[in-house]
Amino acid sequence: MGLSSPHKMIAGVFLLGLLATAPPRLFAQPTGADDLTTQGEVGHPGGRLVASWHSEPKTLNPVSAVDLVSKELASLLHADLIHINLATQHAEAALAKSWKVSSDGKRYTLELRHGVRFSDGQPFDADDVVFSFKVYLDAKVHSPQRDLLEVGGKPIQVQKLGPYRLEFDLAAPYAAAERLFDGVAILPRHLLQKAYEDGKITEAWGLSSDPAAVAGLGPFRLKQYTPGQQVVLERNPYYWKLDSAKQRLPYLDQLVFLIVPTEDSEVIRFQAGDLDLLEKIGADNYAVLEREQTASGYRLFNLGPGLEYDFLFFNLDDLSSKHLPDISRAQEWFRLREFRQAISLAIDRDAIVRLVYRGRATPIWTQVTPGNKLWVDTAIPRPARSVEKASALLRSAGFSRRSDGTMTDSHGQPVEFSILTNPSNAPRTKMATLIQDDLSQLGMHVQLVSMEFQALMARVFDSFNYEATLLGLVSGDADPNPEINVWTSTGGTHLWAVTEPHPLAPWQSQLDRLMQLQTSQLDSRQRKATYDRVQQIVADEEPVICLVSPNVLAGAKATLGGLQPSVMRYYLLWNAEQLYWKRR
Amino acid sequence: MSWKFWIALLALALVHIVILAAGFIAPYDPIQQNRDFPFAPPMRLHFIDAQGNFHLRPFVYALEYHPEASAAVPYEEDRAQVLPLRFFVRTTAVFGESSPGGSLRLFGVDTPHRIFLLGTDDYGRDQFSRLLYGGQVSLFAGLLAAALSLGLGVLLGSVSGYYASWLDQLMMRGSEIFMALPWIYLLFAVRAFLPLHLGARQSFFLVVGVIGLTGWARPSRLVRGVVLSAKHRDYVLAAKGFGASDFHILRRHVLPETFSVVLTQAALLIPQYILAEVTFSFLGLGVSEPEPSWGNMLANMQKYYVLQSYWWMFAPGLALIPVFLFYYILSENFQRSAPSQQR
Repeated sequence: MGLSSPHKMIAGVFLLGLLATAPPRLFAQPTGADDLTTQGEVGHPGGRLVASWHSEPKTLNPVSAVDLVSKELASLLHADLIHINLATQHAEAALAKSWKVSSDGKRYTLELRHGVRFSDGQPFDADDVVFSFKVYLDAKVHSPQRDLLEVGGKPIQVQKLGPYRLEFDLAAPYAAAERLFDGVAILPRHLLQKAYEDGKITEAWGLSSDPAAVAGLGPFRLKQYTPGQQVVLERNPYYWKLDSAKQRLPYLDQLVFLIVPTEDSEVIRFQAGDLDLLEKIGADNYAVLEREQTASGYRLFNLGPGLEYDFLFFNLDDLSSKHLPDISRAQEWFRLREFRQAISLAIDRDAIVRLVYRGRATPIWTQVTPGNKLWVDTAIPRPARSVEKASALLRSAGFSRRSDGTMTDSHGQPVEFSILTNPSNAPRTKMATLIQDDLSQLGMHVQLVSMEFQALMARVFDSFNYEATLLGLVSGDADPNPEINVWTSTGGTHLWAVTEPHPLAPWQSQLDRLMQLQTSQLDSRQRKATYDRVQQIVADEEPVICLVSPNVLAGAKATLGGLQPSVMRYYLLWNAEQLYWKRR
Repeated sequence: MSWKFWIALLALALVHIVILAAGFIAPYDPIQQNRDFPFAPPMRLHFIDAQGNFHLRPFVYALEYHPEASAAVPYEEDRAQVLPLRFFVRTTAVFGESSPGGSLRLFGVDTPHRIFLLGTDDYGRDQFSRLLYGGQVSLFAGLLAAALSLGLGVLLGSVSGYYASWLDQLMMRGSEIFMALPWIYLLFAVRAFLPLHLGARQSFFLVVGVIGLTGWARPSRLVRGVVLSAKHRDYVLAAKGFGASDFHILRRHVLPETFSVVLTQAALLIPQYILAEVTFSFLGLGVSEPEPSWGNMLANMQKYYVLQSYWWMFAPGLALIPVFLFYYILSENFQRSAPSQQR
């Protein structure tokens, strides 16, 4: 799984004007609620779906959820005001049945659904929304959502206009701001207000909480959590979505997540029928499953390139305060654009696609993957691998080769560095071995050092004691806004130079300026042009050397209906409320 | 000594010679990648071609790779391309490989074709070459570590048995501590103190060092027992009476008594230590990629898809079986031939 910064998991932004929302319809329901009628297959209620997670959730609390599993759990237990439909990539009405934007793009007025209830039966209204945003925006709470809810350097202002009407004021116009609401779980004020007033909101809803004390607006509610084994969710009987035949969603009675620590054991249990669904499969295991697909009653999905991009980067951190003479010396090479370009030219991306991903990946030269069809700049050059061109570039930058082939810099130092990898990620370890061999053809001596992911992160973010490493990032949204953390010099995921208070290179200042500019451009064509420029700079300066974007591969039992697989998280379960078991 | 003993000894000698001569017998460098042949199956040596004609010179058919096919092993023999085996071929130098300059190899096929007698791994590296080069690491780690721990064991055991004083107490209590040490955790601990990137050679000596230095306790206790009984023999007492030095008595009269115990121990310890090296490298603590060792080659089997689809990746595991068997035959024979009081 890619490195997941908390900020990136929250959906970002993308403007396509206002979408028609489903007209409010009354349904023969005791509450007389204006429920949301969904389109799509009509299924049958009942049944239980068993899926899996690699690790346990860390918390049941959406305010402090940072890891992917806790976030996925939160997405099933809770709902947001405006939601991004992963099938269409468009923002859609959720708890807000409609919204209006002022002409200056700074004021959003939201109309909430009437008669919606939390999973414990308590009614939902504007007070819950005001409370939720108060919690997320409270600096003392340190919620990971807070950064994204700040626009123009100031938090969003929330004002209640009526029991079902709210106004959100932004300090500056913000492109596609309605996407900010995606993934911001609305909290039940009646359950959490006391904890918040006591300053204990982040401690509330820990894993040991009584399931009855946890309620949300999502399609499921917590039934049971057995540490180390499973999380059992049950149908939320008060859920506010109906199918087109007026049946209340979700269809499934239960959704179970077993804790299965490795992908291999997941695959074995999927083959054995213990698991009904595999959310994400590696290319090697996909090949194993593919051979038995016809005989075994499951369906596999090769969804093409997703939003994940794997890349190599060098340590460009400012090391003046650290005592790391060897790395400082190596940085003289890393800071040369020609050096980074030569490395990029010497890496055999096609071999990575073939050997690491069995052809189920796409080589990339910039951060936007072909899976992100709306934002990718197709004009980015895709130079073929060439050791000769790479050598020529290095010669022009003062490097030369000794008689035994070793590459040396202008001081006669042999070019040697190490690449950190984490063995828990087999594809990246394999990529590193291929890169090691590729670069040896340039006369560079590359060592591979494997260490645990946490230790690797500590080196990248704290001690800066590394030369190069391979990582992957995956965006929570196709929109460029979440990427601002990666490409601006002050961003939290600015991996190659974590502490860069001032841009160190002219191209970095340019990236900073462009990334800020695109957030305020309300015209989508202008925004696209700005973001294309960002991609060009990344491809040209290579602060990170983008390598491949793996395809998203998934599998489910053939009798599972209602699937709308998405290349974005949560690949098969993002519309969990619409999944159902087909009758034989 | 039975005929089994001589066969085992001969076989072991042969295995070690072949592995020592890996640079000549293996057709390729162990780290050379053939990216067009990932997980290629072993090639069959043929004598009779498709038309039924017999060839004195064995040949293989070229492999065709169909990456888009969904078969587990998407390779086919291309019957149209006959690749006769060539002997004493000279390979060209490739920078970064362990044999700079071209080297003479026992056999090969005409370039650009390749011969993979035991198939290839995920990077298309020749499994046969890796098996031989990896054997250098694994088998010799066992030998060296056994030599180290037996050397220490004999030294400490004989001193301790012969002088039988507070020194004896100290050493024997010390040996108990060493016997209680869990090797693997010790290696984890040692590894944590060392710099991150250890070269293949340093990791090799680290593994040998840790295994050898922790393993001396058992042989030293056995040697001590033999020395304890030997030092009271009449001829030892007589030699003492004639004024022989301790060193002379130890060397001349006592240590020869321990000979069969040491040999038996050696034949038992070597396979045990080979297995220890394999275990360490399997866990990623020993020799690291891309240099091969039997352990890190077997590490591939930790992955489900390899286990499911590519049986030839078991090769190092299969190679261990006869090696162990031969060593056990040796140890059994050493033990049987030892004087009865020392059993």
